[in-house]
Amino acid sequence: MQRLKDVLRRIPPGNREEANPGRTDGDERGEGSGASPELRTDGGEQADGPRGSSELRSDGGATVTGDSAEPAETETRTGGSFLSSDFVKSMPFWLPPFLLMGFFVYGAIGWNLVISLTDFEGLLLPEYKISAFDLEMYRRAFSDPSFWTAAQNTLVLLVAFTTICLVFGLLLAILVDQEIRFENTFRIIYLLPMSLSFVVTAKFWAWMYNPEIGMINVTLRQLGLDFLALQWISNPDTKLAAVIFALIWQFSGYAMVVYLAGLRAIPTAHYEAAKVDGASTLKMYWRVILPQLRASTMSAAVVLMVFALKAFDFLYVMFGNNPGPAADILATLMFREAFGSNNWAYGSAIAIVLFGMALAVVAPYLYSEYRRGEL
Amino acid sequence: MSSPPASPNPEDHTRRERVEQTVRDTDGRRAALYAVLLALVAFYLAPLEAGLMTAFKTTDAFNRTVPFLPPFGGGFTFEPWEVAFAEMSNALINSLLLAIPATVLSATLGSIAAYGLTTIDWKYQTALVALFIAGIFIPYQAVLVPLSRLYAIVNTQELLSFLWGLPLMREHYASIINLIITHTAYGIPITFLLFRGYYQSLSDEMIEAARLDGASVYSIYRNIVLPLSKPMFAVTLIYQFTQVWNDLLFALVILPSGGGSAAPVTIALNSLTGGIVESFNTQMAGAFVAALPTLLVYVLFGEQFAKGVAGET
Repeated sequence: MQRLKDVLRRIPPGNREEANPGRTDGDERGEGSGASPELRTDGGEQADGPRGSSELRSDGGATVTGDSAEPAETETRTGGSFLSSDFVKSMPFWLPPFLLMGFFVYGAIGWNLVISLTDFEGLLLPEYKISAFDLEMYRRAFSDPSFWTAAQNTLVLLVAFTTICLVFGLLLAILVDQEIRFENTFRIIYLLPMSLSFVVTAKFWAWMYNPEIGMINVTLRQLGLDFLALQWISNPDTKLAAVIFALIWQFSGYAMVVYLAGLRAIPTAHYEAAKVDGASTLKMYWRVILPQLRASTMSAAVVLMVFALKAFDFLYVMFGNNPGPAADILATLMFREAFGSNNWAYGSAIAIVLFGMALAVVAPYLYSEYRRGEL
Repeated sequence: MSSPPASPNPEDHTRRERVEQTVRDTDGRRAALYAVLLALVAFYLAPLEAGLMTAFKTTDAFNRTVPFLPPFGGGFTFEPWEVAFAEMSNALINSLLLAIPATVLSATLGSIAAYGLTTIDWKYQTALVALFIAGIFIPYQAVLVPLSRLYAIVNTQELLSFLWGLPLMREHYASIINLIITHTAYGIPITFLLFRGYYQSLSDEMIEAARLDGASVYSIYRNIVLPLSKPMFAVTLIYQFTQVWNDLLFALVILPSGGGSAAPVTIALNSLTGGIVESFNTQMAGAFVAALPTLLVYVLFGEQFAKGVAGET
């Protein structure tokens, strides 16, 4: 089976970068003009019209370089070898989406970085005085106790939520993978909360956790377990844990889906081999299966951390603009500073710290994907 | 080399016993397995089930009944739903006006970008692919201030009123267009990743045939790859629709304070009070109203949704 990529690679009989990776554009042009006469002869022998000849050529000789300078080719290739290079040919496809995304993602981050170096507070636009650019806002953040509280909570949220979701998700996946009946139904129910918005889940859990009339405490009291009926989301000791628990409810199904795909990719022979060797079920999963789920763990962990960083919506709906020190995370602090108090520059600086945290997680992940040839 | 089935020696007897014991064990284990699975079903559905029950109770019934049981002996009402629908119907329309174009646009742009960067190779394309994919992991906080500044300067209403005619181009639509553009831009990375994975795994027979017919890269995309992309479009559209529908943050930042008349359901739900303080029955009804479309999509296309979220890896 040939891959689409290999087939399409040969469709436009353009330059083969990989055939001669060291070439520059100038070389291509030179080679192109030199190569075209023999190619034309080649085409003439086939007497098949330019289309046919080009295919046969690309079929037979992917190593032929510079055939793009062939004048009898299609309109797109008349502009010389740079204009007909694969780079240019692919441009109409990726350039418009890239410009749009690049402007909003990378342009905006750059702009945010610039704002964080100013002392912009509430005009329409900051005055970008180059001389005034400094790290004042970052100094302010690092000497602000509420910044450190928020940073600490963010870290706790990230680590606790991601770890528990992964472990719980793996257990779910193993349970669902036992050739059970109605597997689809179970899987769909476990994943269901993920289709809901943070706003909706925050509404549900705000009610669940309500100390007086919330479902959890009412149920506990009816079971005679009054001592367990706590002030879940108003008590600083349980606040963050309560948030993390609700987020696990919402996203553990995601970890399950990823692990389930990973488990299904492991050949049954590996399970059988472990059993033949007399390994207990626990040992089999720990020693044989888990190591093979490394890629699943990595990718699920990265995505779960992204969800955790987006937990802003949940906190905003549950606690309003200020969740209080016990559950304040960098995202809520940033929003409060920038959009609550018009401290745009300070908010931008906090946002850059948050971006740095995300980068610290994602860059190694993307690099490892690149090394594995997944990019 | 199996022994004859009915040989009457004692060893066979014990063997049958052993088999029966194993079956019993397995039955026990199976029962435990299903018990755990059902307990988990309860864990995931309890908040939803209790919420649904609550949404059908009067405030009085809500205060005196068990949360996850229906209101036996009176107290059943549709009123919370009526209040929620009345307060959120405009927002439901806004969300549809927003989510449908943003979903279709980002899926289309993701698809063409993935085609261009999967099928046509050049030297540094990996770097570009990495830039596309890294966009998925950007914490939105890092772009909020610039976004709010951008839309404070760029007046979409004025810009587009030339094209559209002043009476039609109300601020309401201009705000929604701003949101559509933003969601489209931030949706491209994930749709790109999903389509890229799909195009890398696509096989080739028809494309080979088109190639022999002398089709260009453009006509191959239009006539072959695009029709082949239907299943992936289903996945991306479902995923993206859910994302846009569920967003709160961009709406908070881009729309005028409080969302104005262009507020999507997430904002409407957040500010839904139902009149009385802590009127959880209205809140729960409102939560279901806001979740209705994504729940519907999920129930109808659960399989594709699962594929979509797993493809995000």
